[in-house]
Amino acid sequence: MKTFYWLVKREFWEHRGGFLWAPVITGGVFLLLNLMGIIAGEAMGNFNAHTNFIGNNMGLLDRALTDNDAATIGMGLDFMMLSTSMFISIVLGFVVFFYFLGTLYDDRRDRSLLFWKSLPLSDTATVLSKVVAGTILAPAIAVICGVLTGIGMLLLFAITLSFHGVNLWHLLSYAHPFRVTANLVGTIPLYASWALPSVGWLLLCSAWARSKPFLWAAVLPVAVGMFLGWFNLMGARLVGGGWYWREVFVRALLSVFPGSWLGERNFAEAGNGPGHAMDFLDLGHVYGVMATPTFWIGALAGIALIAAAIWLRRWRDDT
Amino acid sequence: MNAIVVANGLSKRYKNTVALDNASFRIEPGRIVGLIGPNGAGKTTALKAILGLTDFQGELSVLGLDPRRQRDKLMEQVCFIADVAVLPRWIRVREAVDFVANTHPRFDRKKCEAFLARTKLQPDQRVKQMSKGMIVQLHLALVMAIDARLLVLDEPTLGLDILYRKQFYQNLLEDYFDENKTIIVTTHQVEEVEHILTDLMFIRDGKIVLDADMDAVGERFAEVMVGADKAAAARQLNPLDERQVFGKSIFLFDGADRAQLEALGEIRRPSVSDLFVATMKGTYA
Repeated sequence: MKTFYWLVKREFWEHRGGFLWAPVITGGVFLLLNLMGIIAGEAMGNFNAHTNFIGNNMGLLDRALTDNDAATIGMGLDFMMLSTSMFISIVLGFVVFFYFLGTLYDDRRDRSLLFWKSLPLSDTATVLSKVVAGTILAPAIAVICGVLTGIGMLLLFAITLSFHGVNLWHLLSYAHPFRVTANLVGTIPLYASWALPSVGWLLLCSAWARSKPFLWAAVLPVAVGMFLGWFNLMGARLVGGGWYWREVFVRALLSVFPGSWLGERNFAEAGNGPGHAMDFLDLGHVYGVMATPTFWIGALAGIALIAAAIWLRRWRDDT
Repeated sequence: MNAIVVANGLSKRYKNTVALDNASFRIEPGRIVGLIGPNGAGKTTALKAILGLTDFQGELSVLGLDPRRQRDKLMEQVCFIADVAVLPRWIRVREAVDFVANTHPRFDRKKCEAFLARTKLQPDQRVKQMSKGMIVQLHLALVMAIDARLLVLDEPTLGLDILYRKQFYQNLLEDYFDENKTIIVTTHQVEEVEHILTDLMFIRDGKIVLDADMDAVGERFAEVMVGADKAAAARQLNPLDERQVFGKSIFLFDGADRAQLEALGEIRRPSVSDLFVATMKGTYA
């Protein structure tokens, strides 16, 4: 267990830039842009000017305030708090994608593999520590950054509105920061299990490729899809082309992007309209994806791919 | 005590080359073995087989374990330095020491810190900011603090200047090696290791062509400097090699009769590099 802790720590040391600084900087830049938007809006003396700058959420709030509807205001504030997490999750998706694509390849390329392999570390523990680092540690850091900058956003807007005669504490009491935080934290286990097929596929390519793992990871699935499409074009009915792209291609490559489990289904079930927007991010609702076969088949396929990556890691050397 | 490494009929074939061809050898504890061969002779493959980094045919037991199946257990007792530039470039000195201290059961942190104190390395320094010589100092400090029974060195001083090279072997001998440890080293800089080796192994085209301890090498091989008048007589005795220096011929003999050689001229112990060159004649031709 101690060894495993240090293995995960090693991943953090090596990828501090992606795991820690990327979400911190994204959140910081997002806050800064909003601050700039607010200052611009205030300086122009026109409340509507806020909406003209990077489409920030002020317009939404403004409308809510005129309605004076507590539920709508609260939702607006919650959404504002979430908005920074959305940006951070997109960045997290890219970070995790390239982390898994490189993690079993880069140390073979620079031959540091030979150093790690000179220590009594099992290949299973090594690969699993990378899975944990990418699917639990990285999202956890992203959630912390998201919550902190989200609270920053909340305060930023609440303080601005208080200049316009709205009571600050009254306003904040409409928001549900704890609910938003709980939703974000609670999503991490779902993220980790939903991402498994992509994690497995990327790790496998990373352990397999003698050069250019990205080509293996991306071009192979595209080629298979084109091939299927061509057969279908010729009149053969193998499998639906759409099915392949949706259930295999996207699951194998893009499931590392948080929220990729959300689909039309979620919107439809949650009901349309802004009143239900937060419901659709609600945990109980989001975990509904676990009732779908794509979740379980994907997870099993992911575990099999990870096992294959461990086996390859054992026998691939620096040549 | 049992042998550290026992290899029987070791073979390994890559697509169109034979890296190891039915090689058999045995390495006893408390020895420093030089595995010497030309480029592509199979040295690195042999070491990789011992370290469980590659698959092979034949039997191989290292410390009584099968490196193919029991690698995790084996690596607690075996250390290796493969080349100088294999430490990850992002790691800091402090992180490297922390990591090994917490993952290696036989690592002695105090020892490592004492070795590091003798160098100019700073705890926050990253490997990418170090010269090759400093990287090898760090690697050696880490490895010497591990109480391993077998240390494998694959070209450990490649690309280092002479100060670092001398220091490397001096540290190994003074602060690390004892009768419970065994070292296998491959290198092209034969002159630097020949005084520390206890055993010599020559490998050529995947075969072990010479396997002897240094005393036996001294008895078996002899170099004689012969004047021009006796050169023909010397050639009669089937020398391994002949070269000319200052109008005299130097002959290298394998297992020739000492008394006969003394009649020809002054007998010397051949250097390992001369022996190597003579044995490997025609390798690249």
